[in-house]
Amino acid sequence: MARFFGKRNKEEKDRDTLKEQGFLKRLRKGLSKTRSTLTGRLDRLFLGKKEITDDLLDELEEILFTSDIGVTTTQRLIDSVREKVARKELKDLNRLKTVLGDHIHSFLEVTPVEHALPAPGEPLVILVIGVNGVGKTTTIGKAAHIFKSEGKKVMLVAADTFRAAANEQLLIWGDRVGAEVIRQDTGADPSAVVFDGITAAISRRFDVVLVDTAGRLHTKTNLMDELQKIHRVSGKKLPGAPHEVWLVLDATTGQNAISQVDIFNKAIGVTGIILTKLDGSAKGGIVVGISQQFGIPIKYIGIGEKVDDLRPFDAQDFVKALFD
Amino acid sequence: MFEALTEKLDGVFKKVTGRGRLSEANIQEALKEVRLALLEADVNYKVVKRLVDDIRQRALGQEVLESLTPGQQLIKIVNEELTSLMGEAQQGLQLVGKPPHSLMLVGLQGSGKTTTAAKLARYLRRQGRHPYLVPADVYRPAAIDQLKKLSTQVDVPIYSADTDQRPEELCMDALSKARGEGADVLVIDTAGRLHIDEAMMEELVRIKAKINPTEILLVADAMTGQDAVNVSKHFNESLDITGVILSKMEGDARGGAALSIKAVIGKPIKFIGVGEKIDALEPFHPDRMASQILGMGDVLSLIEKAQTEFDEDEARKLEEKLKKNEFDLEDFQSQLRQMKKLGSFEQILGMLPGMGQVKKLKQLKPDEKELVKVEAIINSMTMEERRKYKIIKGSRRRRIAKGSGTKIQDVNRLLKNFAQTKKMMEHFTKKGNLNMPSLFG
Repeated sequence: MARFFGKRNKEEKDRDTLKEQGFLKRLRKGLSKTRSTLTGRLDRLFLGKKEITDDLLDELEEILFTSDIGVTTTQRLIDSVREKVARKELKDLNRLKTVLGDHIHSFLEVTPVEHALPAPGEPLVILVIGVNGVGKTTTIGKAAHIFKSEGKKVMLVAADTFRAAANEQLLIWGDRVGAEVIRQDTGADPSAVVFDGITAAISRRFDVVLVDTAGRLHTKTNLMDELQKIHRVSGKKLPGAPHEVWLVLDATTGQNAISQVDIFNKAIGVTGIILTKLDGSAKGGIVVGISQQFGIPIKYIGIGEKVDDLRPFDAQDFVKALFD
Repeated sequence: MFEALTEKLDGVFKKVTGRGRLSEANIQEALKEVRLALLEADVNYKVVKRLVDDIRQRALGQEVLESLTPGQQLIKIVNEELTSLMGEAQQGLQLVGKPPHSLMLVGLQGSGKTTTAAKLARYLRRQGRHPYLVPADVYRPAAIDQLKKLSTQVDVPIYSADTDQRPEELCMDALSKARGEGADVLVIDTAGRLHIDEAMMEELVRIKAKINPTEILLVADAMTGQDAVNVSKHFNESLDITGVILSKMEGDARGGAALSIKAVIGKPIKFIGVGEKIDALEPFHPDRMASQILGMGDVLSLIEKAQTEFDEDEARKLEEKLKKNEFDLEDFQSQLRQMKKLGSFEQILGMLPGMGQVKKLKQLKPDEKELVKVEAIINSMTMEERRKYKIIKGSRRRRIAKGSGTKIQDVNRLLKNFAQTKKMMEHFTKKGNLNMPSLFG
């Protein structure tokens, strides 16, 4: 244990002394990235122009493409603008930004997916899934921190029994945020670990159970079968569980994210999306089309490696960041 | 890997190949589709622009318009431009000079550096080198443990690192320890970091200055979108990397990141990661990849794979047996095992020309579970039964079905199929046109 603390102190000390950033500063940096702070990309595009021309729309298209918004969604957005311009509903350049922003915003407004809720006295079970390397374990650590700060009793279940040292990584996080970790040896059946975890959580009256699963590419049918089994076994132990399924998406991922959401959603149903690594230069525009197409809301965004770097998703801020 | 992009381009080309003449408008139309197909495959916007402009210039010239098969001509141009963008020949590691060499793996969080480090160490060991793993990620919880566990899997020595060490000093110490242990290549796993995190990028520059690595390899996720260009540019500007390893290529990513990175920073892609297993790392062949994107298959890679994985002696023995018509169920079992080494059926099919479409139709999607069943059935037979399948009658069949956890119908089917196959082989050998073993030299 002492070693875990030593590691944490060092990590935070290193990063802190390197950057010495206040909380707000970090948040702003996390959301605003490297782009110039003077003018956003749209403002620069509009500089010195008066009318909405085809060239301007082409450049607008480029901005949308480079944010990973994708061909279909981009074309829908541009077409709607073009139409409005043709019908003379939109002439003012300054209003273009608002119109486009509103449009994207409407794509992101999704009614939450309906899911079962735990009965009083039963734990809320959340299954966290995603492809390899998107940040599932880190997200669980941060989410546990949020639940803890709400005064909940939190359990982490290490159902990634495949990746070397995945257990240890979750243990360190559990230690960091003060959550109990249930685990078995590498190679154990993940469903069995989940079953044990939920059993313990019920008998010892935990409020929240966060299940960390192994990263798996959505194209591997045997691994998707395994996920369905985990889902089934959870429901057997506690009817209604898992109450939520969070799919973690990496903001740097391109159009492949659509395929990820599609296949994971078909396999076990996704109730919310967590978009990680938004502190890089990627804008995660892919979620615009995803929210719209699949009707799955984005719950949280990850904006850094620190324990409090998981934030509720705010569509307004997100749209603003796209054009900055 | 690239099926999705291939499929899209296929659709585009189908429209133009049937035509006897192409008008300028036809070509513009086709190019518009090519552009969208590339964008949907995550090829960087600017790279697409350049590529399509280049193709357009050539396509609107005489060579297409006056060609008798203008569609084919257009495909040829696209293929050539893609190939030239991807780079021509395969480029391996350049381990020249005095050992020990150091390979430094860098990249974003979650791109797959640690797994790749272990895979690379295994690869080097199979090349007859003496690799030495260095876990220099002191930040991510349990990253050192992860590499330690992987190192025992690949049986490669590892530096015992401590999270309190500074990465650059850790690497220096590892270098001297590696020398002492007679290692000739160090594989250094660095912490994942954002390319825009200046302080963390500085750390890599310091490691580079201290150990002067032979190669700095950027590990990038094949599923990366438009940002792939920013990431690789930043890493290249800070570190002057020597090459790229693309990870997670076994998924259904359309491979645009590969094209973009190569086009923007001009550094070669040296390896690709094609699975979670420790042997799932392959040298990257740009020319083959270009033709794979266009659905022309990658037979060369398949043959190479077959050559490294198939046991030559076994193949020769099999050849003899086939000639004498002594092929029995035991040989069949060893064949099945050899096949498995080649990878999943889907992987193998993916390398064959034109298989992209077949897979889409799901007509030829082989059931891996069926293979497991077949193996279980053969495993439940006695040696004698495997050699003389004809003695397997009613009660033996029942026993085998029970032993292998299958149904008696499964056993019946297997035996029937085997008998048919044998008959077919007899036919071939009698005609004397059995020349399949040429593949194995």
